[in-house]
Amino acid sequence: MSDTESPPSLYAAREPVFPRRVKGAFRTMKWWIMAVTLGIYYITPWLRWDRGPALPDQAVLVDLANRRFFFFMIEIWPHEFYFVAGLLIMAGLGLFLFTSAAGRVWCGYACPQTVWTDLFILVERWIEGDRNARLRLHRQKWNGEKVRKRAVKWTVWFLIGLATGGAWIFYFTDAPTLLRDLVTGEAHPVAYTTMLILTLTTFFFGGFAREQICIYACPWPRIQAAMMDEDTLTIAYRDWRGEPRGKQNVAGNGDCIDCMACVNVCPMGIDIRDGQQMACITCGLCIDACNDVMDKIGKPRDLIGYLALTDETRERAGLPPKSVWAHVFRVRTMLYTVLWAGIGIGLIVALFLRSPIDVNVTPVRNPTFVTLADGSIRNAYELRLRNMHGADAEFTLSVTSEAQLDLALEGVEGLTVTVPANQTMSQRVYLTAPAGSNAAEEDRTRVRFWIAEEGTTNRVHHDTLFNGKENRHD
Amino acid sequence: MCAKPIKKEPRQVETTGHQWDGIEEYNNPLPRWWVWVFYATIVWGIGYTIAYPAWPLIKEATPGLLGASTRADVKAEIKAFDDANAAIKERLISADLDAIGADPELAAFASRAGAAVFRTNCSTCHGSGAAGFEGKGYPNLLDNDWLWGGTMEDIHLTITHGIRHNDDSRYSEMPKFGADGILDETQVAQVVEHVLSLSGQEHDAALAAEGATIYLDNCSSCHMEDGSGERALGAPALNDQIWLYGGSRAAVTESVVNARFGVMPNWNERLSEDAIRAVAFYVHGLGGGE
Repeated sequence: MSDTESPPSLYAAREPVFPRRVKGAFRTMKWWIMAVTLGIYYITPWLRWDRGPALPDQAVLVDLANRRFFFFMIEIWPHEFYFVAGLLIMAGLGLFLFTSAAGRVWCGYACPQTVWTDLFILVERWIEGDRNARLRLHRQKWNGEKVRKRAVKWTVWFLIGLATGGAWIFYFTDAPTLLRDLVTGEAHPVAYTTMLILTLTTFFFGGFAREQICIYACPWPRIQAAMMDEDTLTIAYRDWRGEPRGKQNVAGNGDCIDCMACVNVCPMGIDIRDGQQMACITCGLCIDACNDVMDKIGKPRDLIGYLALTDETRERAGLPPKSVWAHVFRVRTMLYTVLWAGIGIGLIVALFLRSPIDVNVTPVRNPTFVTLADGSIRNAYELRLRNMHGADAEFTLSVTSEAQLDLALEGVEGLTVTVPANQTMSQRVYLTAPAGSNAAEEDRTRVRFWIAEEGTTNRVHHDTLFNGKENRHD
Repeated sequence: MCAKPIKKEPRQVETTGHQWDGIEEYNNPLPRWWVWVFYATIVWGIGYTIAYPAWPLIKEATPGLLGASTRADVKAEIKAFDDANAAIKERLISADLDAIGADPELAAFASRAGAAVFRTNCSTCHGSGAAGFEGKGYPNLLDNDWLWGGTMEDIHLTITHGIRHNDDSRYSEMPKFGADGILDETQVAQVVEHVLSLSGQEHDAALAAEGATIYLDNCSSCHMEDGSGERALGAPALNDQIWLYGGSRAAVTESVVNARFGVMPNWNERLSEDAIRAVAFYVHGLGGGE
């Protein structure tokens, strides 16, 4: 171990990245993805959906206070949280699928960090100019021009951040009401706090932290590495075609003219010619930049392009690369697709099969039975009825059992109860077996409660047990 | 295609200079702001311990400059709930006892509040499920047999003043027929056989016939001739299947010889009127209410 020299610093200042403007197929696609994802994000809370007078008319609403989730025609109740869990599993499997097929496409195109950073860089370019102008501005001393440009840029960034944080909270309560309350200062402090935190994180993550979030903070790139294999499409530099890099038309030189276009456009500040690396989010901008140069010097495109590890050996051997589909369709991606689709189909089936009446019958077990004055045996049950309609509903109870049991409701004449719209009600129900009957003397008897909704054909049942005297376990 | 592939120099990465058995450690420096954030959290942490309760001392922790206290928070929350419930409690107090059930909002409040009052105050004797303790003198509140009546008004009165506890309580006292020498041993045995016959239990018919006369002379004034009991006196029915202290020959003999004297405290000194009404409504709704 050498301890004569002082150890190098373990920390370094971040080297700022000034991505140059680029045009091309990937850039165009990224603009479209940005427009669509930001559009969905900002517009969704403002979509209306008529659900009658008792329910909110917001198309997508996470109603935390009432523990309900509304998504267009779908209403998720708290006991149906498995739908949300299922969607999250689908989202996870979807990411696995895309990552194993085409690498870090999520990072490069759809991740909010990437989309917002892209937007922030666009704003930066509008205000401060392209790469060279920004570099100059960065290096020059503070003067009126620099202060003005920075102030304008930061203000716009801050406004974007504010809109981002603002849009987020609209998903959790009625958007038009909340907007009015926000402006008039009457909204709940939690709304303002959430907005402030999201505004600041957007401002700093998109404006200053940028690629450092992907490199140092985000765990997902590390996890993704486990999903890629030699057939995964990813962005690579064909060094067997490009090297040795150097002047054009010099004998022995490859196609790369070392123009640094791929480096200058990279939002991560890396050189793709060093090979696929941890910091690369596979956004495709270097492909656009390089293709542009190749067109100009009259060389074939795709010196940098999407290819898999297996393509490298094939191409080095002079064989044509495998087709994209040959890379994408393989056992691993098929498996992910089958799992993903399986859960999706399961959720859809569950959605259509779910009963509009949700019934739960819980036998009261403390005590398991009660002896009445005439010696008959009575069991109590807690019946929970959930009316998931927008109108009041009447439900009529009946019971079937091999034993002769008398059915009665607490505090209600007859066997019909009314459950108000969108509410859950609890009703105490009694079954009584006459003294000396089999059900009264034996341990347990099977019973089936039937709950029918008046005026409809909806009818559900719930199986439970009747406890007799033999059920005494003291 | 190049004739001979040219191996690029790998990107030079600085090493930390550490070396163990020939293994070197790469140095990929972390952004400096990252470590500043770490220092900032330390400063924040120190500030936090000054502002909030933190350092444990012998009796309690340092209080913190902001005066934060979770105990005070709980108090404030309880007060907020009490304030929020003040109006409905007023309504509960002024409502007619039999009309509580007809008002859904009031009924929902009363049964929930009553359940909480019951668990805290009543479950010690009557059990958390209100089934009492059979044979031990703690009545089952779920069945349809009542010592002092099962209407809302009866239950409310019983809870308010208790049983055999103070001057306002419901009161009655059964004589100790055996212990005080009112009946001799044979007479006790005979009357016990008669009592067993009232509820249709297995008994000695000859002794029971003798006992019937003794019963008429000594017991029927309270327990009635047919054994149906008298609620005004808290005299239990002897002709049904429910026994407060047990229906076996031995248990009934013990009751005749030494009598029973169950007590229940009056709750008007411990519980507010709204709590008493709530728990009365809760008990009334457990299946036995009349």
